[in-house]
Amino acid sequence: MNSNNPQTAGRQFPIYEDLVKAHFIAAIVYSLIVVLSGMSYALQFLNLYPFPGVELLSPGRVRMTHTMAVAYGWLANGFFAILHYVIPKLTGYATFSKKLGWICFWVFNALVVLSELMILAGFGQAVEWGETPKELDPLIAIAGVLAVFNFLAPIWKARNKSFYVTVWYITAALVWLPLVYVMGNFIPQYWMPGSGGAAITSMYIHDLVGLFVTPLGVGLVYYLLPVLLKKPVYSHALSLTGFWGLAFFYPMNGAHHYLQSPIPMWSQYAAIVASIGIHVVVYTVIFNYFATMQGEYRKIVSSIPVRFIAVGSICYLLTCIQCAIHVTMSAQEIIHFTDWVPGHAHLVLFGTFSFWLYAWIYYLWPRIFKTELYSRTMCEWHFWLATVGVLVMWMDLLAAGVMQGYMWKNLVPFISSVEATKPFWWTRALAGTAILVSEFVFVVNIYMTWKYRRQAFSEQKLNEPLTRSTAPESGK
Amino acid sequence: MKFLEKFNFIFLVAGLGLLVTAFITLGLIPAMMTKSLGAIDYHPTEIPDNFTKHYSTLEEYEAALYKGRDIYVKEACWHCHSQYVRPVGNEALRYGPVSTPGEYDNSLNLPQLFGTRRVGPDLSREGGKRPNDWHFVHLYNPRDVVPQSVMPGYPWYFDKEKNPKPEAVALVAYLQWLGSQVEQTGQPVADGE
Ligand code: HEC
Ligand code: HEM
Ligand code: HEM
Repeated sequence: MNSNNPQTAGRQFPIYEDLVKAHFIAAIVYSLIVVLSGMSYALQFLNLYPFPGVELLSPGRVRMTHTMAVAYGWLANGFFAILHYVIPKLTGYATFSKKLGWICFWVFNALVVLSELMILAGFGQAVEWGETPKELDPLIAIAGVLAVFNFLAPIWKARNKSFYVTVWYITAALVWLPLVYVMGNFIPQYWMPGSGGAAITSMYIHDLVGLFVTPLGVGLVYYLLPVLLKKPVYSHALSLTGFWGLAFFYPMNGAHHYLQSPIPMWSQYAAIVASIGIHVVVYTVIFNYFATMQGEYRKIVSSIPVRFIAVGSICYLLTCIQCAIHVTMSAQEIIHFTDWVPGHAHLVLFGTFSFWLYAWIYYLWPRIFKTELYSRTMCEWHFWLATVGVLVMWMDLLAAGVMQGYMWKNLVPFISSVEATKPFWWTRALAGTAILVSEFVFVVNIYMTWKYRRQAFSEQKLNEPLTRSTAPESGK
Repeated sequence: MKFLEKFNFIFLVAGLGLLVTAFITLGLIPAMMTKSLGAIDYHPTEIPDNFTKHYSTLEEYEAALYKGRDIYVKEACWHCHSQYVRPVGNEALRYGPVSTPGEYDNSLNLPQLFGTRRVGPDLSREGGKRPNDWHFVHLYNPRDVVPQSVMPGYPWYFDKEKNPKPEAVALVAYLQWLGSQVEQTGQPVADGE
């Protein structure tokens, strides 16, 4: 892992820092769309929707822009930024071409913006997580393939090495991404109707989070955590188990999104068994992270990136304990279709993967601008508002879900369950406000860091620790 | 065990092999079993009584069903309403017969609209439950008929006199069609797997 040394690396082989910056900026802009659209839609549940009667901002369409901005705007751009930084460091080769990198950046982001606008204009597609208009899907697939090619080329060049765990995850995720995208967006749309289509869509719902977001998120933390703590990962065997377990179990999970549906029963049971198998994977990963942190727990307080990783990992653990429960048939009877599921989704996609992304941004942003983070206080506000917000939202939606499930089972009139959930939806809106504020604090902090970069640069000798908040790892 | 850490093995086995295996075993085979490898083109055989005043030919009615489905898709009704009845949770008592694969094999279910969330009730058995006029009022502003509702209104499908535009009629035609494909398999199952 010599190439991990932030001091020597980056000088010997080109890291296209402009691309890292560009993708980060795009991700950060989309993160604002995520919280604004999420908040608007949450207000619909209180009949306080800010734009009633405006066709182009119809709540259903805004909901689709919310999740599309999460997956393709915020997370994908964030990951691409980090890949542009990490892959050259780990392989020793630059990505295929800088020009191709820029083409991918502009084409991909133009397509995401166009998708969002077309969804608002009424071209949304009825594939969960694939709401991008079907007219654009082929183009997105092509852009995806180009990006994947760009990133895989350096890994291919270094193929005779034994790679570090991060590269395994990246390789697999990059192979999966285009295949999964094509499978999910085309087969149910043009070929398979009804329950066959549902079997495929459910694989897609799961594969996008399980074979794209999860491996990249987990793999990249495997890189960042040892760098921050300046010590190797606790166990190599555990990281092997975690990776191969993911590759084996995750693709088979799909049908757990449509349990007790007309999809053949045996495949639903297979999905449940595979979902339980996932827990082996998750616990090895979490154990490995925390065992690596052992003895350095004070850094959770002192270093902002370490803290975001640690809390994100705890949220990961919580989700997985939760999902061991809700994947069983008896729990599904109650919580399927209820607010429980968005509770799970927010905890894991915001509490875990967004938190890990924040860790990366706080680590990398000052580094590529050779400056200090603008304000530690704002980091603290960001962290605490986001953490409290997501935990409150999670617990609130869980409780709401259980209540709804039992009310439905007990044949209470449907509208009574809606009425009974309103206090929970108020709580979600409040928790959402905390998340929304935290996001703005984060963005302002990042912007100010950029704005005052020269000043800090001139005041600082190059060899000194790069930032206060990342100080632990940058002393040498 | 070094091969487990090498590019080629990861690319071929983890990347391609395991994904394709899962796709075949848990995607293609279930689809073959439910005979939903390809969609049966759906053509209605008659215009229901409550739509004869809106549509004079079968072709018009058929076009309206597809148009209604497209509006259902683009407004993301499917993010708030599911379209399958499970054999658990007393759903057969609340909504009607438990869903079977056969009823979904037609081209109106391309893409399928099962849904994963019920902010509002399941709609797979909605046809015939309520009169057309109720649906029109409800679509214009749900609070006019269900005061506690949180469903959004869709006033842009109505003209200045609040009369339904063709889009609203098409959407209601689709809603009233839902459930017409239920197989007549006898008594609904109350509870049990
Ligand atoms: C924000 C979520 C939401 C969206 C989006 C939504 N609905 Fe609803 N819908 C509800 C809720 C909640 C109810 C229950 C209260 C009521 O009857 O208004 C409901 C009830 C209904 C009912 C009455 C069911 C019955 O028999 O009681 C129909 C029909 C319906 N919706 C159709 C639609 C259509 C068509 C669309 C898309 C144009 C749509 N809904 C979009 C939430 C939603
Ligand atoms: C301001 C804060 C936010 C609010 C108020 C909010 C609100 C909502 C609402 C109301 C839904 C629809 C739930 C339903 O269908 O019942 C939703 C869905 C979703 N949101 Fe958010 N959201 C916020 C921030 C975020 C963030 C930051 C992320 C992730 C990065 C996120 C990820 C998701 C996901 C993945 C779904 C889909 C859930 C599902 O399909 O079950 N949200 N959000
Ligand atoms: C660790 C094991 C996990 C299991 C067993 C699991 C299980 C489930 C199940 C059963 C559902 C469907 C719930 C329902 O509709 O009734 C679900 C939904 C969801 N899960 Fe997970 N999950 C796990 C991890 C994850 C991870 C790591 C992510 C994100 C990266 C994730 C993201 C989601 C999302 C976004 C949904 C909502 C899907 C939708 O309807 O849009 N899950 N999960």
